[in-house]
Amino acid sequence: MGIYGVYIVSKSGGLIFNYDYTVPKIETEQTFGYPLDLKLSCENNRLLVSFGQRDNIKVGHVLLAINGVPVSGRKLEDGKDAIDMLNDATNYPLNLKFGRPKMTINEKIFLASMFYPLFAIASQLSPEPRSSGIETLEADTFKLQCFQTLTGVKFMVIADPTHVGLEQLLKENL
Amino acid sequence: MTIYNIYIFDRMGTLLYHTNWNRLKQSGMSSEEEAKLMYGMLFSIKSFVSKISPLDPKRGFLCYKTSKYALHYYESLTGVKFILNTDVTVKNVRDLLHQLYKEIYVEYVVKNTECEMGQPIESELFKFKLDQFIKQHMKSLQ
Repeated sequence: MGIYGVYIVSKSGGLIFNYDYTVPKIETEQTFGYPLDLKLSCENNRLLVSFGQRDNIKVGHVLLAINGVPVSGRKLEDGKDAIDMLNDATNYPLNLKFGRPKMTINEKIFLASMFYPLFAIASQLSPEPRSSGIETLEADTFKLQCFQTLTGVKFMVIADPTHVGLEQLLKENL
Repeated sequence: MTIYNIYIFDRMGTLLYHTNWNRLKQSGMSSEEEAKLMYGMLFSIKSFVSKISPLDPKRGFLCYKTSKYALHYYESLTGVKFILNTDVTVKNVRDLLHQLYKEIYVEYVVKNTECEMGQPIESELFKFKLDQFIKQHMKSLQ
């Protein structure tokens, strides 16, 4: 049980408000020898695992630290380039920390506005007349409950899939 | 329980099969366009789910519900996608879809030499068995 976060989206699809309640930390630290058996790629100024998923390191995880020194963007805190460091055999063994990337505010705005067309198409593809848009969306790791007010503002809660009573929470308390 | 319709897509997004049972509203477009819209929506939902998920997703998107219907999604490891629209009260559709994949799709499409991969399913036997399977479940769950 637990609520992960709340999003409020305006009538036109823009994110008005967002609150992260509990963000589970998924991080793994491991010591690697040369050559590195993971393929990393640089996307949105972050180093992502693009191939070679193993143990708890999944494709899409970002490189957070090398030997305990945090990595920001492509560079380490002391100014060294992370890729150069990983390619140099003399630096090994290296202790690398990977984790699921935290959503940036930009990604949140992007996702909030992405929900708007999904909501509209779901209602359009309905086999029954006069259907609303998506009210609950379930995945294996979370449940999304959406409530649209008469004015078109959408309230969304992301919670654990076992969480019950989200509809009342949205309708009565917000 | 009511089952409205089913869509089967292959991993490239080709519509393999589509049929309606108790559909009350037509979407007002050709079935080809509707399939494209459906596949497009699912593609976006999948990417939306994998990004917004707080933990690492394994199977990802399972189903969504509106006030009138529920859409259930099942994807096999080979990327064949089954979409079943039912009313909102139905439960355990995932098991039903898995059974459908195992007992109907694999038996009458994969093992059928007449069915080419990536082409719409024309087999009358498959159509008959699928219809029988769905009708039997509609009755047993009432």
